[in-house]
Amino acid sequence: MTDTTQPQAVNAKGIPVLELSGVSKQFGLVRALSGVNLRLYAGEVHALMGQNGAGKSTLIKVLTGVYRADQGEMCLCGQRINAGSTLEAQHLGISTVYQEVNLCPNLSVAENIFAGRYPRRGLLGGLSIDWSRMQSEAQTLLQRLNLNIDVTQPLSSYSVAVQQMVAIARGLSISAKVLILDEPTSSLDDEEVERLYGVLRQLRDQGMAILFVTHFLDQVYAVCDRITVLRNGELVGEYPAAELGHQALIAAMVGRELVAAHSVRHVAVADAGEPEPQWLQTKALNRRGHVKSMDFGIRRGEVVGIGGLLGSGRTELARLLFGLDRSDAGQISLNGNKVRMDSPATAIKLGLGLCPEDRKAEGIIAELSVRENIALALQARQGLWPFISRAQQTAMAESYVKALGIKTADVDTPIGQLSGGNQQKAVLARWLATQPSLLILDEPTRGIDVAAKQEIMNEILALAKQGMAVLFISSEMDEVVRVSDRIVVMREHAKVGELPAGTDEHAVYAMIAGQA
Amino acid sequence: MMKRYAKYLPLMATVSLFMAMATFGSVSYNGFFSAQAFLNLLIDNAFLVIVAVGMTFVILTGGIDLSVGSVVALSTMVLAALVEKYHWSLWLAMPLVLLMGTSLGAFMGWLIQRFRLQPFIVTLAGMFLARGLCYLISIDSISITDEAYTTLAQMRITLWPDAAVSLSALLAVAVLLVAMYVAHATEFGRTVYAIGGSEQSAVLMGLPVARTTVLVYTFSGFCSALGGVVFTLYMLSGYGLHAVGLELDAIAAVVIGGTLLSGGVGYVAGTLFGVLTLGIIQSLIMFDGSLSSWWTRIVIGVLLFVFCVLQRVFEAGRKNS
Amino acid sequence: MSTARTTTTTWLQRVQSHALLWPLVTLSLILLVNASLNPGFWMLQWRDGHLYGSVIDILNRSAPLMLVSLGMTLVIATRGIDISVGAVVAISASVAALMIGGTLVINNGVATHVSRFPMPLAIVCALLVALFCGLWNGLLVAKIGLQPIIATLILMVAGRGIAQLATGGQIVTVYYAPYFYIGNGFLWGLPFALFIAAAVYLVMHLAVTRTALGLFIQAIGINPAAARLAGVRERLITVCVYAFCGLTAGVAGLIISSNVKSADGNNAGNLMELDAILAVTLGGTLLRGGRFNLAGSMVGALIIQTLTSTIYSIGVPPEINLVVKAAVVFVVMLLQSAEFRRAVHGWVMRPAVGGAA
Repeated sequence: MTDTTQPQAVNAKGIPVLELSGVSKQFGLVRALSGVNLRLYAGEVHALMGQNGAGKSTLIKVLTGVYRADQGEMCLCGQRINAGSTLEAQHLGISTVYQEVNLCPNLSVAENIFAGRYPRRGLLGGLSIDWSRMQSEAQTLLQRLNLNIDVTQPLSSYSVAVQQMVAIARGLSISAKVLILDEPTSSLDDEEVERLYGVLRQLRDQGMAILFVTHFLDQVYAVCDRITVLRNGELVGEYPAAELGHQALIAAMVGRELVAAHSVRHVAVADAGEPEPQWLQTKALNRRGHVKSMDFGIRRGEVVGIGGLLGSGRTELARLLFGLDRSDAGQISLNGNKVRMDSPATAIKLGLGLCPEDRKAEGIIAELSVRENIALALQARQGLWPFISRAQQTAMAESYVKALGIKTADVDTPIGQLSGGNQQKAVLARWLATQPSLLILDEPTRGIDVAAKQEIMNEILALAKQGMAVLFISSEMDEVVRVSDRIVVMREHAKVGELPAGTDEHAVYAMIAGQA
Repeated sequence: MMKRYAKYLPLMATVSLFMAMATFGSVSYNGFFSAQAFLNLLIDNAFLVIVAVGMTFVILTGGIDLSVGSVVALSTMVLAALVEKYHWSLWLAMPLVLLMGTSLGAFMGWLIQRFRLQPFIVTLAGMFLARGLCYLISIDSISITDEAYTTLAQMRITLWPDAAVSLSALLAVAVLLVAMYVAHATEFGRTVYAIGGSEQSAVLMGLPVARTTVLVYTFSGFCSALGGVVFTLYMLSGYGLHAVGLELDAIAAVVIGGTLLSGGVGYVAGTLFGVLTLGIIQSLIMFDGSLSSWWTRIVIGVLLFVFCVLQRVFEAGRKNS
Repeated sequence: MSTARTTTTTWLQRVQSHALLWPLVTLSLILLVNASLNPGFWMLQWRDGHLYGSVIDILNRSAPLMLVSLGMTLVIATRGIDISVGAVVAISASVAALMIGGTLVINNGVATHVSRFPMPLAIVCALLVALFCGLWNGLLVAKIGLQPIIATLILMVAGRGIAQLATGGQIVTVYYAPYFYIGNGFLWGLPFALFIAAAVYLVMHLAVTRTALGLFIQAIGINPAAARLAGVRERLITVCVYAFCGLTAGVAGLIISSNVKSADGNNAGNLMELDAILAVTLGGTLLRGGRFNLAGSMVGALIIQTLTSTIYSIGVPPEINLVVKAAVVFVVMLLQSAEFRRAVHGWVMRPAVGGAA
């Protein structure tokens, strides 16, 4: 079948293996991409960077055939291409490794590598699958990536890191010209990340063109040769990694110079003498594989930010605090009393609220109206009776629509029709209606435009002033440092330290990196 | 070394269960244990083996086919009517019936795949459609007295002294072997497993998911029709009340055989042992003599329940690790 | 933005968007067909102290199906399904018939039937058994996490075995006159069974509109994960919904066995599952869960009963009923499928030039 032992032919540096010119994509009123150019050469690892909502994932989807660009053209090795489906993109030689490793966990490793292109043997020009040849070729491919595993075992019996290698091996076996890695390191530990780097460097030296999508700064500098930065769907620039410093890169992504963080939080809490006792406290809270022995506390009126990279265990901590997951060790106390958070209903009764990370899957109830969504948690706490009548729901919803600036025709519109930002505000309103003592916000500003972001952040600060404790989880570090009284820093599912208000982002990243 | 064979564990569990029951039976009752008794299991349940094989493929993709019993009944009815009332040669009637079952399966598969309908509701409707068509042909049963038919039904092939099998049993074994080959060594078979593991990934990997989905239901329809043909050889009649509840037996056989209801995991060989286990339960109840035949249904229900719960526990355990 | 709903929606617009529109239209069509083929269809007489006529007959016979459909509506709304309702009907009927029985006793020269157990006790037992069956289903689905189709499939076939065991495979005849009132009696001129169905509907309607139950069930059906996170006790509600479905099937079993004065473990409630699912979907509840329509299910049950009656009166063999119903399920399924509507739209309207992604 395919010749998998020869390295890819190295293109002359002049012609990019993959070139996008003027690519634009619009969804309704939202311009996800405007006139983006990208040039990917053979024998390089090229980073694609940008904040959330910059257009990275849309660009990848256009490249891999999930979407068709509205404007612009794509050329592969000089030839114009127009992939209409993921299958076509694969056949053209664009191979993608996703964060969720889109392979079949129940099939063996060898099968996953060769699915759809099985080596054959037997009568009729090859009706049967040649298992022994498939397994030996799979073994060889993986050895190229320094991986020596039993290829007959189901894929699910291996870690995510190994599964990603298998996905890369599949790409190689299709003799891909372009390898795209979409946020591959979120579920990997340090050792596995290093191994991945090694593989990428090896493939690069063999002439592969690699597009590496990430938002981790240090990874960019560890393994990438050139960087393309997107912001708000537009191309900011294309730079050789050696020539673009940290600050400049961040400035390009964010659109402004990163000034020393100006915390808006007055350190009034410390001035008040004896610090208030903590309202919620965890001691050695542990869930294997998710959160490691966490000691944590938060007071009323405090805004605590959780600083950490994706995969550091922030959401897992939130889920444990809210009763969505069960801990296997440690305890949670409220006002000094031990409590068992065994379900969200319990947590809500105790005065907690959680704005989840994935609002589509766990936040909104799409076909129900805005007012029903807003009233839901409060109603759930009250039980079946007393029932919040339609008139009461409407009044409540309308007051929040006004307070938070939710853009909707009326409160009876199904919430699924609102834009992402307004949906998020509605979910926030739902929790505000329960008047919680502690509100946990997990990525509340994800996918929201700047103006709405500002409104939400201001609302959070106002709530804290009124005595609500807020636990704020966000990948936007600048926001975290701006509003937090304290920053709890997490790395690899464990707490590595705490930083006071007024810290800047560098200090947080430094603590994460272990150079505190 | 142990890990290598861990994936065969459910299959081995089923075989052990079967062996345990056979041992229990042989010890408790006279005449239970003999080669002929074992072969009788196969002869009496040949139709279920065939139907369950078709069901295995459907369940492996994560779907379900509730129409199998009704299609069996419809096949018996059409065959009986054609042969007895219209005096067709059975060599003409049988292929027609197979074609009918296959087409019905293909139609349901197309609806499920093209319009993304839920398999259970489509096949539930198919179940009632097939039974309705059955009663349309005749409310009462039609006995088959055609000579060629009865000869075929009574034919026995002697394997060795004191051990003979019917044609249907051989047919069932043939279907089983072909299915095992297809599941293990063809792209179609592997795609079935892939769909059961993750349909989205299978699509992204470029496997022919749409075509395969339609084909599994087509194959199940074919197996139901073939099962119906075999059923007529067994019962020598066509009747609308034949094979009531057969879908549960088929599903039970597949589940007991080690295939996960969520799809993607399981072996066709396991289904054979699932069927044999069900057959042996029936034999045990019959030999006991004190329990009415209604107990068979209840025991099968209980077994299915136990295996389903075990599967859930197993899956939950895997998710947590 | 806008506060009160503007009153510019015309009367016509409100009728058009009313949830009961299509079910009622369908029902009217079938009634018209029936009436045109049957000149005496609408005739009502007052006889033996109650109303008498084809319409009354339909209302009486549709009561059990209405009850089962009401229970099934809530189950489907939570994204589930219960195909064991027919078996539960049989079980409940068997329990009641066995406990009542009815032996002839001569008391002072007057021959009367006496029940084996007091009738109220028998009824309560039958309903408890039915409730327990529903509870069993609910626990399998909510606590153990089995797919609803499989969980209820187990009871669907094992349940008939249980019913048959209880009755010894025989049809149990009931000789106790007071029992017959449930299925055959009349109250204020109309069938008593209809009042039972109406009462259950009323209770359910109050429960889902005056308490948060309707909101919670819809939330669970649309997005169970989000509902759980918002604090809705989705497991508890799911168990209760299945238990209630079992209960309504139990009541239906009582009406049926009272109507035919016997309990047939094999045939009672036969194929009622499909009828119930059909009634619910005809009534406008989506199979994928979420918003539901109790009144629609009642109308749906009427549609099916009228359909059966029409087919019977035309002189077509009653078996064609199954085929017609299966065909209607196919049609309703397709109409509810977004893919189908998109495909039809694509066939009927030519796609825009350039082809949107």
